[in-house]
Amino acid sequence: MIREYRTIDEVAGPLMLVKQVEGVKYDELGEIELPNGEIRRCKVLEVNGSNVLVQLFDSAAGLNLANSKVRFLGHGVQLPVSRDMLGRVFSGMGEPIDGGPRIIPDKTLDINGSPINPAARLYPNEFIQTGVSTIDGLNTLVRGQKLPIFSGSGLPHANLAAQIARQAKVRGKDDQFAVVFAAIGITFEEADFFISDFKKTGAIDRTVLFINLASDPAIERITTPRMALTAAEHLAYDCNMHVLVILTDITNYCEALREVSAARKEVPGRRGYPGYLYTDLATMYERAGRKEGSTGSITMIPILSMPEDDKTHPIPDLTGYITEGQIILSRELHRKGMMPPVDVLPSLSRLKDKGIGAGKTREDHANTMNQLFSSYARGKEAKELMVVLGEAALTPVDRLYAKFADEFERRYVNQGFYENRSIEETLEIGWELLSILPRSELKRIKPALIEKYHPDYRNKDKAD
Amino acid sequence: MSKMIEGKIVKVSGPLVIAEGMREANMFDVVRVGDGKLIGEIIEMHGDRASIQVYEDTAGIGRGDRVYSTGAPLSVELGPGIISNIYDGIQRPLETIFSLYGPNIKRGIDVPALDREKVWRFDALVKAGDQVSGGDIYGTVQEGDIILHKIMVPPKMSGTIVSIQSGDYNVTQPIGQLKTAGGEVVDITLMQKWPVRMARPYKEKIPPNTPMVTGQRTIDALFPIAKGGTACIPGPFGSGKTVTQHQLAKWSDVDLVVYVGCGERGNEMTDVLREFPELTDPRTGKSLMQRTVLIANTSDMPVAAREASIYTGITIAEYFRDMGYSVAVIADSTSRWAEALREMSGRLEEMPGEEGYPAYLTSRLAQFYERAGWVKCIGSDGREGAVSAIGAVSPQGGDISEPVTQATLRIVKVFWGLDSALAYRRHFPAINWLNSYSLYRERLAPWFAENVAADWNEKVAEMMTILQEESSLDEIVKLVGVDALSPADRLTLEIARSVREDFLQQDSFSEYDSYMEQKKMSATMDLILSFYHKAQSAIEKGADIEKIAELPVRERISRAKEAGSDSYQAVYAEVDNEIDRQLAALLAEEETV
Repeated sequence: MIREYRTIDEVAGPLMLVKQVEGVKYDELGEIELPNGEIRRCKVLEVNGSNVLVQLFDSAAGLNLANSKVRFLGHGVQLPVSRDMLGRVFSGMGEPIDGGPRIIPDKTLDINGSPINPAARLYPNEFIQTGVSTIDGLNTLVRGQKLPIFSGSGLPHANLAAQIARQAKVRGKDDQFAVVFAAIGITFEEADFFISDFKKTGAIDRTVLFINLASDPAIERITTPRMALTAAEHLAYDCNMHVLVILTDITNYCEALREVSAARKEVPGRRGYPGYLYTDLATMYERAGRKEGSTGSITMIPILSMPEDDKTHPIPDLTGYITEGQIILSRELHRKGMMPPVDVLPSLSRLKDKGIGAGKTREDHANTMNQLFSSYARGKEAKELMVVLGEAALTPVDRLYAKFADEFERRYVNQGFYENRSIEETLEIGWELLSILPRSELKRIKPALIEKYHPDYRNKDKAD
Repeated sequence: MSKMIEGKIVKVSGPLVIAEGMREANMFDVVRVGDGKLIGEIIEMHGDRASIQVYEDTAGIGRGDRVYSTGAPLSVELGPGIISNIYDGIQRPLETIFSLYGPNIKRGIDVPALDREKVWRFDALVKAGDQVSGGDIYGTVQEGDIILHKIMVPPKMSGTIVSIQSGDYNVTQPIGQLKTAGGEVVDITLMQKWPVRMARPYKEKIPPNTPMVTGQRTIDALFPIAKGGTACIPGPFGSGKTVTQHQLAKWSDVDLVVYVGCGERGNEMTDVLREFPELTDPRTGKSLMQRTVLIANTSDMPVAAREASIYTGITIAEYFRDMGYSVAVIADSTSRWAEALREMSGRLEEMPGEEGYPAYLTSRLAQFYERAGWVKCIGSDGREGAVSAIGAVSPQGGDISEPVTQATLRIVKVFWGLDSALAYRRHFPAINWLNSYSLYRERLAPWFAENVAADWNEKVAEMMTILQEESSLDEIVKLVGVDALSPADRLTLEIARSVREDFLQQDSFSEYDSYMEQKKMSATMDLILSFYHKAQSAIEKGADIEKIAELPVRERISRAKEAGSDSYQAVYAEVDNEIDRQLAALLAEEETV
């Protein structure tokens, strides 16, 4: 039996204190009925004797302490899921907002999920070809990976994410593929960019959208990514699909979390974010992966904008400690007009080593990748030196490195948002760039591979 | 058996639960919370109210739910069956849980840590009538191919053996009986229990003087760690902490590795779990998993169990140390553990110290690292064992002035500072040679001189000098350009590059370079320094530095280490001769001009 309480004692910001309740559990979902019949939702944050502290998902406007009623529903926040969610649009709380009917659920899942047993995880090692050289060649994405894009305001992260969603495929396989997209506090225009891109390519039919726009209640953002991940888990592990989850923008999520934490007067960690931000983000990010007993997978691309492009800000910092690498966008490259402006050196994919090589991409991939990284790093150093001292001060080799760095940015990085390169094309461009350098500088490549793939050798073969 | 203590919950706030009616319970007793029987531990008492940290998600727990005390502190089960296993932070076997409950971890699971069914062959070493005391060995069980599991008299226990029998037993069946000093007769089993928050006793600590050989050039040569020593690896994300720790877990010359994944990525633990069984230990020729115990409390698992996982790991390590083995505990990452402390401290409404961490952070860290050491074990045979502790630290924003790194640096003896600038250049391991240090270097120098090469320490010192000079020369180059340097200084720069690229860099994903034995390491140093000395004298005789820098033999120097361990000596000698030939040719050419 569900009891109703008229004992709301306090409302402050997103928090509300209800007195003299019984049998209410931690993390339980509640409903508040306003005098005008409107229903709002809330969640239990703390049980203390007969008092409960709850967090509102909507604004407190219009809430009346004397006449509002609270009911607790006996369960946590849940999402009804079904395969029919594909092609549909939901609010940040999981209500359909596309005018369509409610879905008929296969089952109803708690949105918090439960931790995956590390003994049941399958190590992600299937190469995903995104068609973007800087990702495929140097920061390879694999199925089941969580690889965030660290961006800044004004940088084209949305274009890159849309390009990945459009082009991503596992080679030689024609598996069932779905996209789950969560808009967390982004503007209408940015959300619309994704939606129209999905529509244009026909991807919309295999996409589930959860939309919380900048104008929607901020606290709802705490549930939006979890709604999306719950839907993704159903599609991946129950329907055996390969799901790409795009979460944008995590910074808005963290701000909502900070708002609740500040209202509870918790001891803040860095920059006012709660001390448990790491744990909270981890329970979201760690839901990516593959596990035994299902052929599906969840690959996650969270997007976050770094305040002031500062990578040491708590949000990108803690994210980087949880995710398996990061793609960092560079304002400098963007200014130079290089698209997508992926800052290659600080970007990283931790899972690349098991996803590349003979049988997956090509035998020379790992060696050329390391060589390109270190050569580009040295080229950039040479260019810095050149700025200070002039070109004449460089050694002949360093001059070649400087040329290499320029060419690398121009040809390897700058491919545009609509060119879809196969991994072979990417590797080929890499070799052409490396042939700018003397052979003795290619220390990271095995001699046998140089003889097989280096353009000089192959041209000689043709000449013979 | 005291009567069951039962209390009622009055408050729930995340992983913290407060129950009343608990006056009879002991501090740090394990309790079961609610109908779901979640596992928790009492961490504070106020009158009859106990504050309990719960090791599982508390959703669905409410006021009035019951709490039962088990009357015992959080303990681990020690006995055959630990090795090759993967446990969560409170020693629940994850593979068993997977096979029983599916791929996600449910709440309130109660599975014993050691397999109760599995039967082990026990060979007795004592007989009826023998006097034994804590640490003495009853007998042995061969666990896997490598570890001879010694069944020991639990600490603090002593008496006369009444009966003991070799044979096949599971971990709970009595293998014999012991009459204690008090006259009580107790059963002896293969298993014992030990509370995780208490260090296991030893006779005395001995200052360590043997290196833990890791096969990693930067570590063994420049910043070695001793067996029984402590080290930390701080570094921002992406600088290779985890890869470095995996390398240590793979190649260190210890008998057993306890790898604690504390609040880190699930896939990393899976990686260890799937990769280690296929890797061979270079010393025993057996699978690496046969000497590994994994404790996995990944970041999505409950935060309180993360706090316990470090203690679980080191208690298991101490148990094997007591058998006379050398054990390494590798914890990734202690920052996540400190964050778990901070979260509980915040919920307990304690006064925060720096950055919200509790004031007792330093003392807790010190307690953990002090459990490492080279010790004379308890037991009458005078055996010695060692626990080495290596902790990763994940400083926020890579800024090592934060409290966890600073607290750790005050305790540990070795600092391997990872540097993101090196990582961007793909210089791995990205250990910064200018700010890292090892306080064991002096102490271990005699060992290297005696066991590897007589001039080992001089060579290392010379390389360090070259690297030091490089950093000051670099400053000049940045101001006035490389042309302003003398030929001798330019040679130093070239050699420093060679030291960095040909010696310090080590590719952990390559078959031939992932691990390098000591003698070969010494030969590699010889080769680089030989070129240095010979080039120095060539410059004195008037050779052009630009031409020396471009000699083709330099590529051969850097590729020499690709030679296998059986043939490298010949290759190195041949390259060394080639250095002589090419330098001589260069000088001859200069003279003819």
